[in-house]
Amino acid sequence: MRIFDPHIHMTSRTTDDYEAMYEAGVRAVVEPAFWLGQPRTSPASFVDYFDSLLGWEPFRAAQYGIAHHCTIALNPKEANDPRCTPVLDVLPRYLVKDNVVAVGEIGYDSMTPAEDTALAAQLQLAADHELPALVHTPHRDKLAGLRRTLDIVAESELSVERVLIDHLNETTVKEAKDAGCWLGFSVYPDTKMDEDRMVAILRAHGPEKVLVNSAADWGKSDPLKTRKVGDAMLHAGFSDDDVDRVLWRNPVAFYGLSGRLALDVTDTDATHEGNSILRGGA
Amino acid sequence: MTERSTVADLRSHLDAVLGGAARAWLDQATDEATTYAAAGQTPGPARTSAPAATPVWELRFAEAGRRCGPDHADAARLVLLHAARADTDALTRLYEHGTATERRAVLRSLPHLVPGPDALPLVEDALRTNDTRLVAAAVGPYAAAHLAPQDWRHAVLKCLFTGVPVDAVAGLADRSRADAELARMLGDYAEERTAAGRAVPDDLYRVLALTDPSAVNGGEAPAPTGPEGPAAARPDRSAPTGPAGPAAPAPFAAPSTSTGEEQES
Repeated sequence: MRIFDPHIHMTSRTTDDYEAMYEAGVRAVVEPAFWLGQPRTSPASFVDYFDSLLGWEPFRAAQYGIAHHCTIALNPKEANDPRCTPVLDVLPRYLVKDNVVAVGEIGYDSMTPAEDTALAAQLQLAADHELPALVHTPHRDKLAGLRRTLDIVAESELSVERVLIDHLNETTVKEAKDAGCWLGFSVYPDTKMDEDRMVAILRAHGPEKVLVNSAADWGKSDPLKTRKVGDAMLHAGFSDDDVDRVLWRNPVAFYGLSGRLALDVTDTDATHEGNSILRGGA
Repeated sequence: MTERSTVADLRSHLDAVLGGAARAWLDQATDEATTYAAAGQTPGPARTSAPAATPVWELRFAEAGRRCGPDHADAARLVLLHAARADTDALTRLYEHGTATERRAVLRSLPHLVPGPDALPLVEDALRTNDTRLVAAAVGPYAAAHLAPQDWRHAVLKCLFTGVPVDAVAGLADRSRADAELARMLGDYAEERTAAGRAVPDDLYRVLALTDPSAVNGGEAPAPTGPEGPAAARPDRSAPTGPAGPAAPAPFAAPSTSTGEEQES
């Protein structure tokens, strides 16, 4: 089973996770820029974070045989902090990078006017840079957030077919699908979706344009949830081809819209695999 | 080999290997870089500069990987840097905003574009990382020419630590010769590895042999890569198999004959 996790925050994960993910079949990941749990207080913090997503993290991933790409954005939560919003001016410098395959995560957290502004501006940036967009739906008031998101997307220059709406669930999937978006589902140990509900959604709505991710980060989460969904799909009678479509071909097709997806893991120059991650080199 | 002929050769090579679309892209990007150089523009230095402040050729520099392919990205980027007559300020700006592959291209361009030691902070930054792509690019001819003795020794040691082959270290034989301090550091490292019951990297003994004041230069000039030192100069390497017995790191340079740091540029 080959797996592409289209949404995972590897910066918060360990090398044990990379090893286990490779064992489970994960060969490619996309790491969306997001909130770090601890609020940032200046654009410089974002710049260092973006540099890490474009430097150290792909290097770590390559040492475990996993291709790493990222999406770059000001996230909706910090779009409300005037100390952070100047990072919007820096984004164009990063959106041209080879490893950036979408603008994201953008979207809504509390649906404030500041979030409206940041979302609209970043959808425009996606259109300007010929990138698709990864749009997160809010934890609170999700259906209203989805509707407002779809309105803003419709008003933007970015085609809805270049938008992945993430963290969908039973109550939001139909409207997102009817709008023509790509459909993202985050499978978590307790919250968001679980494997069996995911299988039920696939039964009801089919595998077309569906992407499943672990969204694993610094909170309680599981980087192997993609594999567990694949196993649950097979157990429920889906074919190997269905699993491959959801866990590999759909994410390749969506992020491939960027024209920048490179799935050959180019090994690093190091001859000793993993060695520089040891503390000896520090 | 002059800087001009090196870059011209690279360009000819790229013209031969790139497909039509990539070649056309590189032609246009090079023109944009040349125009920028002719206009003598100087954008603001800030890391958080507004998008309008980014010269178009610098955006092309970032795109080079997907336009020319990863195997040709370093060469294409060097061609652009040369056409734009990038100085240390421009190189620093590109390095600071760059992905790891862009940073590697900047590091590799230094011997072609920066005559003096002004760009050393970029090399030092790369040597602080644990990214072996950057460490390997940092120990090229520019480091050989300008890196301070103690920093250079630590760079060699870092290569041994992180598994970067010392073949990547430019000027290895010339800079190692009669360096008693480097020999001591290598010997201590070998001892530490042996005490821990861990293997000593083969490359360590290669460098150690080169620190001998009488070591013959194995035809190594300022070339960035290539075989260093004659194999005959390598000491017998009885594998350090146990925690017992410290490595007997063969031929230490006689300290009295070394002038240490003074002899290094």
